[in-house]
Parts: sequence; C-alpha cells; structure tokens
Amino acid sequence: MTEKHPFVDIRHAQKAYGDLEVLKDINLTVERGEIVAIIGPSGSGKSTLLRAINDLDPLSSGEVILDGTQVNKTLPHRQYEKHINQMRQHIGMVFQHFNLFPHLTVRENVTMAPKLLKGISAAEADKLAEEQLAHVGLLERIDYYPSQLSGGQKQRVAIARALAMKPKLMLFDEATSALDPELVEEVNLVMKKLAEEHMTMIIVTHEMDFAASVCDRVIFMDGGVVVEEGPPSVVFKNPTQDRTKEFLRKHLSQYAESAN
Amino acid sequence: MDIDLILRVYPYFLEAAVVTIELSVLTILLGLICGALGAAARLSRFKTLRFLGAAYVSLFRGTPALIQIFLLYFGGPQIGIQLDAFEAGVIALGVNIGAYMTETMRGAIIAIDHGQTEAARTLGLSRAQAFRKVVLPQALRLMIRPLGVNINAQIKGTALVAAISVVELTYTAQRYIGSTYKPFEMFLLAGVLYLIIITVTGKVISFLDRRVRLP
Repeated sequence: MTEKHPFVDIRHAQKAYGDLEVLKDINLTVERGEIVAIIGPSGSGKSTLLRAINDLDPLSSGEVILDGTQVNKTLPHRQYEKHINQMRQHIGMVFQHFNLFPHLTVRENVTMAPKLLKGISAAEADKLAEEQLAHVGLLERIDYYPSQLSGGQKQRVAIARALAMKPKLMLFDEATSALDPELVEEVNLVMKKLAEEHMTMIIVTHEMDFAASVCDRVIFMDGGVVVEEGPPSVVFKNPTQDRTKEFLRKHLSQYAESAN
Repeated sequence: MDIDLILRVYPYFLEAAVVTIELSVLTILLGLICGALGAAARLSRFKTLRFLGAAYVSLFRGTPALIQIFLLYFGGPQIGIQLDAFEAGVIALGVNIGAYMTETMRGAIIAIDHGQTEAARTLGLSRAQAFRKVVLPQALRLMIRPLGVNINAQIKGTALVAAISVVELTYTAQRYIGSTYKPFEMFLLAGVLYLIIITVTGKVISFLDRRVRLP
C-alpha cells in the first residue's frame, strides 16, 4: 500500500456514562510493530480506551481505525455484527482474569475460534495448538483443564489462544495484575518474546519496570485525557507534567516500599 | 397393619404408579420446553419478550397449581377448550413447572461470568456462537442440580391431578380407602411408591451431574 497511514489510529475518542466523561477527545496513533504502554491511576480511562479499540466498550464518539479499516463503524445491527466479528479476528486481547473457557481443555481453548471461524481441519488445529503452546512454553499442559493450571500458566494459555487467530494487534488489559508476584515474570517473559517478534502491542499496566524495559512508548493517562507521552526514558526520568510526576512519585515509591 | 390387604391391592397401585410416572415425564418434558423458551424470553434483547417472560413467571408462580388445573379443566370448556383430565393435568402442571424452570435456567445462564462472553466475542465469535460454545455448556452443567429440585417437586406435584380424577397414585389410594376403610395402609403404600420414584430419579440426576462435572 502506498498510502501512508498509522497502523492504529484513534481519533477524537470520547466516551461518557451519563454526565461522567471517562474519555475526553483522545487522539493516539500506534505504528506497526510498536509496543505502547498505557499507565495511569485507576479510573483514568486506560482500560476503557483499550476496550474501545476492539469495540468491547463502544465509544460515544470518535473513530478507531486499524490498518486503514474503521473498527467502530456505525452500521445496522446485522451488518455491524458481521463487520465487528471480522475485525476482532485481527485483534487479540488478554484480560486481567484470563477468562479461559473452563469446560474446554487447553488444546480446545486454543483451537475453538480458529476451528469455528477459519474452518481449519482437526489435524491443522492440533498442529496450531502445539505450535502456540510451545511458543508460550506449555506444550506439556495441552490436555489439562484450566482449573489444573497456575495463574501464570492460565495467562500464558490465554495469550496462546489469542495468538492462534494470528492477530495483527494484541491488547493486554492488566495481564499480570491478578497474578501472585512470583508468577508475574513468566507472563512478562512471554510478552517480551512477542515484543522481540515485533508484534504490535498496546499494554495497560501497573508495572513500571516492565513498561520501561519493553515498551517503545509510554502514555500516561489521567482523568480521561492523555497527559503525557513519550519514550520510557523520557516519561519515567524527566516527566514534564505535574500529574505525571505525582503519579510516578507515588507509584515508584510504592514500588520501592514493596521491594523492601 | 393389614399386610394381606396391601399384598392384594398393590398391583393396582403399581399400575397407578405407571400413570404417575407418565404424568411426571410428560409434565417435565413440557416444563423443560416452557422453561427454555421462558429463559430465552427473559434474557432477550427485546423488551417485549422480556416482559412476556417475566409475566409468565409471575403469573404461574404466583397462583396455586391447583387453581391452574381447575381453571383449565373446569373453566376451559366455557371458552371452548375441551380436554380430558389427563391432558388438562399434563398441560397445566407442565406449564406451571416451566415457570420455575425458567428461573432455574435463567439463573444458571446469568451465573456464567460475563468475561466468558467477552473472551469469546473478542476472538471473533458471534453472539450466538459465544452463547452456544461457551456460555451454554457451562450453564447446562450448573442447572442440572437445581432442575433436579424442580423435577422432584413436580413428581410430588402430580398428586394434584387426583383432584380432577386422573387415576394416578394419590387418586388410587383415595379410591381404595373408600372401599377398604384402611387409610393408613393405602396412603403408606402410595407414599412408599412415590419415595421409590423420587429416589431413583434423584440417583439419575446425581449420576448425570457427576458425569459432566469438570476437573
């Protein structure tokens, strides 16, 4: 394609619940292969923004464009459903609480959507499951049920499940927040691996260390607006906005305390 | 206690027990259909359907099943509905238990965490696919035991159609009391037969529940 457009383009994103405006005219672009962290206090709108990207939480107004196609189109119900299901196949999402399907084995969790939506054969599905689970280091758990896995393992399966659809973009909504501290690292390692493979990722996180070491760009949100953005070296070391400074002071000091 | 009498009449009670079982099976099947339709209506995207579902549940749970049976059997002919006692009994009891089953099924469906639907939709599944592949298989597992409670209540509830002279267990006991004047033996025999039916049904439900339980 000769036309130059951002890979992910969020334009004038606005969302309100009644009088409460949770996103206020947000403009944000992400390039192909870029890894972006969204940080900010709870209630800042960062999860809402992330969930607007695949239209799980529809915007009140504004546009989300992925690779030249608008995700949140206004269409009659049936057409919209068809369109959004198509778009979502390109956007993987990982949730704080994993949301694995407890009635399916790890293998079935990974292969259900590709089988159903892409019509792949049983043999292809098995191969896909093995590939994706080997990728997250859980091949030996392929025939387990989710309840038989640790939190970190569950989250790695959830990542494999999302990747099995071969998405163009991955969204992570506080993927490690529900994990015991000793299980965070194994999930971070998988995410780092994806970063090295140049997967485009938008990551809502509370982990400043991870954001600093893995992400190309950090976006600090507060009160429904992007307060400050830039490379982690700049945002973390030399923030220009008072709200960013205050957030980082609290967060980094909490960090220091819990590390003691 | 007159054991000889019990031995003499029990074959007739067994025949009546078969009628009780037929009533139970038919009303439970009708109830499951009404329950599934009722739950679908109550969980519908459309306000009118939700209202109809809610109205069904409150009307049929809010009035005695006996009144519903009488209304259909004795009141029906007045508005052109002619049914024999067995048919009227099956329809009234089936639609009645369906209202309870509506709530059981709805409860099991809404008990499935919304994150399950979100995860499925995020992968690109349609609303219907997410329901069929993710929510329903989990909800069905959850509803087996509470439906078992409804089924247990319904088996006992079939006794109500004795009031419109369907020759099932309770009616049979009453009829033999009329000729033998031995209410203790007759009701005891009927009671034991109900207990056997309910115990066996309970075992079947426990077996099904264990069979589909997840690790």
